Amino acid sequence: MKVRVTITLKAGVLDPQGKAIEGALRGLGFAGIDGARQGKIVDLALAETDPDKARAAVADMCEKLLANTVIENYDIAILG
Amino acid sequence: MRSAVVLFPGSNRDHDMVKALHSVTGVEPTVVWHQDASLPDVDLIVLPGGFSYGDYLRCGAIAARSPAMLDVARKAKAGVRVLGVCNGFQILTEAGLLPGALMRNAHLRFVCKEVKLEVTNNDTDFTRAYAKGQVIRCPVAHHDGNYFADPETLARLEGEGRVAFRYAEGTNPNGSINDIAGILNEEGNVLGMMPHPENLIEALHGGLDGRGLFESVATSLAA
Repeated sequence: MKVRVTITLKAGVLDPQGKAIEGALRGLGFAGIDGARQGKIVDLALAETDPDKARAAVADMCEKLLANTVIENYDIAILG
Repeated sequence: MRSAVVLFPGSNRDHDMVKALHSVTGVEPTVVWHQDASLPDVDLIVLPGGFSYGDYLRCGAIAARSPAMLDVARKAKAGVRVLGVCNGFQILTEAGLLPGALMRNAHLRFVCKEVKLEVTNNDTDFTRAYAKGQVIRCPVAHHDGNYFADPETLARLEGEGRVAFRYAEGTNPNGSINDIAGILNEEGNVLGMMPHPENLIEALHGGLDGRGLFESVATSLAA
């Protein structure tokens, strides 16, 4: 089973890399950009075939390693 | 004073730390590989600076889950003093031994320079040799030293005197909230700091300002 974890900075946590991206996009002439936030994606290939069990296992992985919940949120998507 | 320095793949300030500890305490520290599940019985455990695991995932994230760190957590709980410098500070926050997180420097650049540190609280096992409010010199070298904590955590740290060091005289090099350079755990036996006190130990370093930290720990043990 393929599972995608998307890790993003929590609202209110300064994201200097997102700010730099936003500035660079403006510099290229893209108008109407109200903000840019950078995150990361981790794709996992699991032996588990039950989506609920996979989701629970990946949530545990997120809490223990993949995300730093002091500053980051995570979202789990079952890709199939 | 018996001490141990934990070595992770990618640590690079371990030799400086070993020399500093030897210079101040007169005893050679034990170097412990991060895969060792059990640390020797020592008075001070040090997590040195560097780039453990190449800063993969997040700085200190992988190292914080190594077998040696489980024993560091056990020993910290039992009251053994633990010092984390630079990457060591990042590892301590990732391991949950200190609150908050260290994020990318606000200006996105690696900083390698000398800063001024205010000894915000000198009533700790790590700072007793300094005067309260004393400003010392200390080098920094990092890309991810921007200390962050949520407002409640920050209020607790400030209210409980757990900010040991603050960047002084406008030298905050990374955007750290409240100019925080080093913090203590609730019990006061774990200190994490971004600056490198182990690099101002000998006259040839250009100053001796870092010695006080190690002398403080040695004195607190003798007391």
